[in-house]
Amino acid sequence: MRHLTFAAAMTLAAGAAQAQTPVLTVYAGDYFTSEWGPGPTIETEFEKVCDCDLQFSTGDLMPRLLLEGERTKADVVIGLTSDVTAKARSTGLFAPHGQDNSDLTLPIEWTDDVFLPFNYGHTAFVFDDTRMENPPATFDDLLNMSDDVKIVIQDPRTSISGLALVLWVEAVYGDKAQEAWSKLAPKILTVTKDWSTSYGMFTDGEADMVLSYTTSPAYHMFAEDDFTKHAALFPEGHYFMVETVAKVAQTDVPELADQFMSFVMSDTFQTQIPTANWSLPSALPQEQWPEGWAELDLPEKVLFYDEAEAAAVQEKAIEAWRSALTQ
Amino acid sequence: MAQRADPVTRNAGITAAAVTVAVVLAAGIGILSRAEPGGFGPGDLAAIRFTVVQALLSAAFSVLLAIPLARALARRRFFGHGVLVMLLGVPFILPVIVAVIGLLAVFGRNGLLNTGLVALGLPELSVYGLHGVVLAHVFFNLPLATRLLLQGWQAVPAERFRLVAQLNLSPRAVARTLEWPLLRQIGPGAFALIFVICLTSFAVALTLGGGPRATTVELAIYQTFRYDFDLTRAALLSLVQLAVAGTAALAALWFVPSVGIGGGLDRVPMRWDARSGLQRWSDIALILLGAAFLLVPLGAVVLRGLLGVPLMPASVWQAAGVSLGVAGLSIVVLLLLALPMAGWIAGRATGGVEAIGLFGLSASPLMIGTGWFILLNPVVDPAVLALPVTALVNALMALPFALRIMVPRLRDTLREYGRLATALKMRGWSLWRWVILPRLRPQIGFAAGLTGALSIGDLGVIALFADPDRATLPLQMYRLMGAYQMQAAAGAALLLLVMALGIFWICDRGGRSGVAD
Repeated sequence: MRHLTFAAAMTLAAGAAQAQTPVLTVYAGDYFTSEWGPGPTIETEFEKVCDCDLQFSTGDLMPRLLLEGERTKADVVIGLTSDVTAKARSTGLFAPHGQDNSDLTLPIEWTDDVFLPFNYGHTAFVFDDTRMENPPATFDDLLNMSDDVKIVIQDPRTSISGLALVLWVEAVYGDKAQEAWSKLAPKILTVTKDWSTSYGMFTDGEADMVLSYTTSPAYHMFAEDDFTKHAALFPEGHYFMVETVAKVAQTDVPELADQFMSFVMSDTFQTQIPTANWSLPSALPQEQWPEGWAELDLPEKVLFYDEAEAAAVQEKAIEAWRSALTQ
Repeated sequence: MAQRADPVTRNAGITAAAVTVAVVLAAGIGILSRAEPGGFGPGDLAAIRFTVVQALLSAAFSVLLAIPLARALARRRFFGHGVLVMLLGVPFILPVIVAVIGLLAVFGRNGLLNTGLVALGLPELSVYGLHGVVLAHVFFNLPLATRLLLQGWQAVPAERFRLVAQLNLSPRAVARTLEWPLLRQIGPGAFALIFVICLTSFAVALTLGGGPRATTVELAIYQTFRYDFDLTRAALLSLVQLAVAGTAALAALWFVPSVGIGGGLDRVPMRWDARSGLQRWSDIALILLGAAFLLVPLGAVVLRGLLGVPLMPASVWQAAGVSLGVAGLSIVVLLLLALPMAGWIAGRATGGVEAIGLFGLSASPLMIGTGWFILLNPVVDPAVLALPVTALVNALMALPFALRIMVPRLRDTLREYGRLATALKMRGWSLWRWVILPRLRPQIGFAAGLTGALSIGDLGVIALFADPDRATLPLQMYRLMGAYQMQAAAGAALLLLVMALGIFWICDRGGRSGVAD
């Protein structure tokens, strides 16, 4: 009996000690926290320095934030792209990030004081050179390919990469976007809900090309020693995708949240990005990228709408896509 | 009226039915509470039209193709007949993501069919578009239609077949005198049931539809949540779906035959009228074609998955455990709703109340999930809710099937034992414990198996709010794909297939073991 009481007391004490450890709740996308994503290492590394318990909560970020509103449990939200930050900002949920934007190494200028970029990439069509000998060299080439070549893309209303694609087409073709979509339509095998389904169809050989990122071939090269996958680079430019992290204004652990924001800018965090998130770090000079990464083929011209522009043209860009593909 | 042998108390049944309706209505109220003025968006009317057209086509093809297949199965006896009938039922309980993988492996651009066509110098066929959606729906629902029709055929007394043989009636005459009345009785109900099932299609329409042309209402609801977050539009679309499905469901109720269990399906009466060579060979061809259509995609999933199994990380097994828990919870919720409702319905002469069961199937799962999230968010952490809400939604989806399975047997039981029970003043729990539950065991097992299997593959609302360690197996499969782990994802798909079949088999067997009939 004495032993039992002792054990119970120990458990209680342990419980109490745990209860005193502050918890930082970080909302993130699903891919981020899987064992291949950067989440687990980031959690370990941050907990080493913060004396806290970092807990990821995953799911569909925007709907969840909009549903929860001010009752959100999040202290920090990681993974919103600049194409949706206008809507996120309008919730009034976020506070300034407090970091120095001049530390960023993005190919574009970044002045936002609320949403802090942690990685970037470019939308691109990926192909396999054993199955496709003459990939399109320009966006126009892509539109004029034989209808036998099939591509898979993602729905702009359900996926962030699909949204980036319609903005890409809008940025390249403007008023002629719908015409461009009509030309592309016969080559579109199908439109999937998310990137994963599309990419799976591509690797299964179901499609010749897939809408993905310029960094996708890096995964095959560095993780699988497979050098057959390439991103088709177009001189018209590639749409720039940047993922951000932001601090929730009402957080009850503001210091921890601030500490996390500066951790995002640290080399410890940034060096995780290439080989765990398979994208490019936002605050790490090229010399410090992992071996081989600096030699990756990246587009020379970058196309980008800031969040206000993206919000303004989104509806029109999606409607051009929808109406051309339903004809 | 007061003296009717009706020992089953209605209160529990009425309560269960009320809960079902309340769950759906409360979700609607939750959404409307956050809605702002708005209306339908561009393409919504086209989505409604597409939904109805594909559901009509899917139901029509499923039933029309099931007629010759069920007829062939009903009049042939061969080794493995029972096993084949059981296997042909598998697609119906298959997780949608798994089925799509299997269908693409056979009908896709790179699939078996097109590889064969190219080898023969023939043009390739594309599976993407309206016909792809219909093909997938036929794959899912042909087994259901076949099973319903087969039961009808087997319910025809063997003496009638002896009689038509003695009269030496032509096949045409047999069709007119015996088979046509049968089809007229079962066909419309099967059609209506499949129509309702296909209305809420989501994942199939997404991948095989080929683009925004193939948007179903359920998909439009999802997009509205995901992209616009326009709750008014989501609620309006949910209402449209509920109205269309509800009308079809009501119509279905007057026709729908009860869903029987596998036990009696191996019985093939002597068919003296179908002994000619032509009939024999056409039956064999039909059975082979049907089996190939339904089983080759399953084989493809197994083959692809085997390579991926060794690559699966521990998190897949953890997710499998979570999914098992959700399936178990769905079964419990289902039985808590279905048993009292079945008892109430069985005690009544008409089946109109059963419409309530179909109410849950007609509602958009996403609407139910989101509505409840809005209602409960102020009090509970959404991540804690994700699993119970998923289980609840799954139970609602399975409710109409469970009622169809249980009600006839319960009705028979009450007819046989009702007076005795009344005389013994046996009511309430003791009646259930000693009379109803033992007799209903096979039906309970079948319904539980169906619910568990349907639930295991459901991605549901969990994708919106899930903690990393609360991922279900379908969600974990998507995570693997999201991390470029395509082979491991194929392994997870195989695990999903095995688990869906396993749950079904265990529940179904468990219900029937030691039961004489």
